[in-house]
Amino acid sequence: MLNGKSVLVTGASRGIGRSIALYLAQKGAKVAVNFSGSEAKANEVVKEIQNAGGEAFAVQADVSNGESVTNMVKQVIETFGSLDVLVNNAGITRDNLMMRMKEEDWDAVMNTNLKGVFLCTKAVTRQMMKQRSGRIINIASIVGVSGNPGQANYVAAKAGVIGLTKTTAKELSSRGITANAVAPGFIETEMTEVLEENVKQEMMKVIPLSRFGQTDDVAAAVAFLASDESGYITGQTLHVDGGMVM
Amino acid sequence: MADVLERVSKIVVDRLGVDASEVKPEASFKEDLGADSLDVVELVMELEDEFELEISDEDAEKIATVGDVVNYINSKN
Repeated sequence: MLNGKSVLVTGASRGIGRSIALYLAQKGAKVAVNFSGSEAKANEVVKEIQNAGGEAFAVQADVSNGESVTNMVKQVIETFGSLDVLVNNAGITRDNLMMRMKEEDWDAVMNTNLKGVFLCTKAVTRQMMKQRSGRIINIASIVGVSGNPGQANYVAAKAGVIGLTKTTAKELSSRGITANAVAPGFIETEMTEVLEENVKQEMMKVIPLSRFGQTDDVAAAVAFLASDESGYITGQTLHVDGGMVM
Repeated sequence: MADVLERVSKIVVDRLGVDASEVKPEASFKEDLGADSLDVVELVMELEDEFELEISDEDAEKIATVGDVVNYINSKN
């Protein structure tokens, strides 16, 4: 499905990003596994891909830092010789009610979750324009569509990502580059593990498919959007949420 | 000088699909040669490769005509 395609997944040492890296590798892609701090975990992902006969390497970068991002993208292109797919997945949470939210919590989430997408997209554009092809896939969130109390910063950033995806799609369409967002709903990861049981039960009530999502549910959607088969789809936000938001 | 214009001209002809006779120093990329903003960005990218230099975003924004490009490149060499 993705044989020979070179892919960069940001925030790929854990959670949804890890699954995306493994899944795309399984479909034949060469994967650059980006991490910010968790080097050991990123190396595990690389090893798992290599053990399965795939090609991968780990690359450190703070996506909120322009220079760091430029160096990462350079390294990926030097290693793989091309860059076909960018998956902007890196994200953090600093949840709190807005009244209690500190300015630095707002800034930290904006910098990683929104500015990071801008910087990584900008950095790969040159290569993809030259290739006359490329796929940019942004991991947004269903709360970026619906809103969510306690996540003003996260929701604003993810809604921003959806808007940015549409602009990216429009700016680059004439060069054969598509941009789409995937908006996961409640996916079982370390990020959602910390939620209280009653919160989880309340969420389950609003999921028509009556189950929480798995990281591979998201990875499968990303693989489709990364493939040649999705060539006529751009600027869209694909909800992977069990029907939570329609 | 002539060499630079010649090399620039070749890139412009290839990229924008215009006739070589239209690529004069006073020709504006957008107004005379039918380029859109993205074409100009790509043109700058190719010029960077061809002349092995880095054109900053600030400088790139000032480039409007074929002559601007030739003068810029000559000023760097």
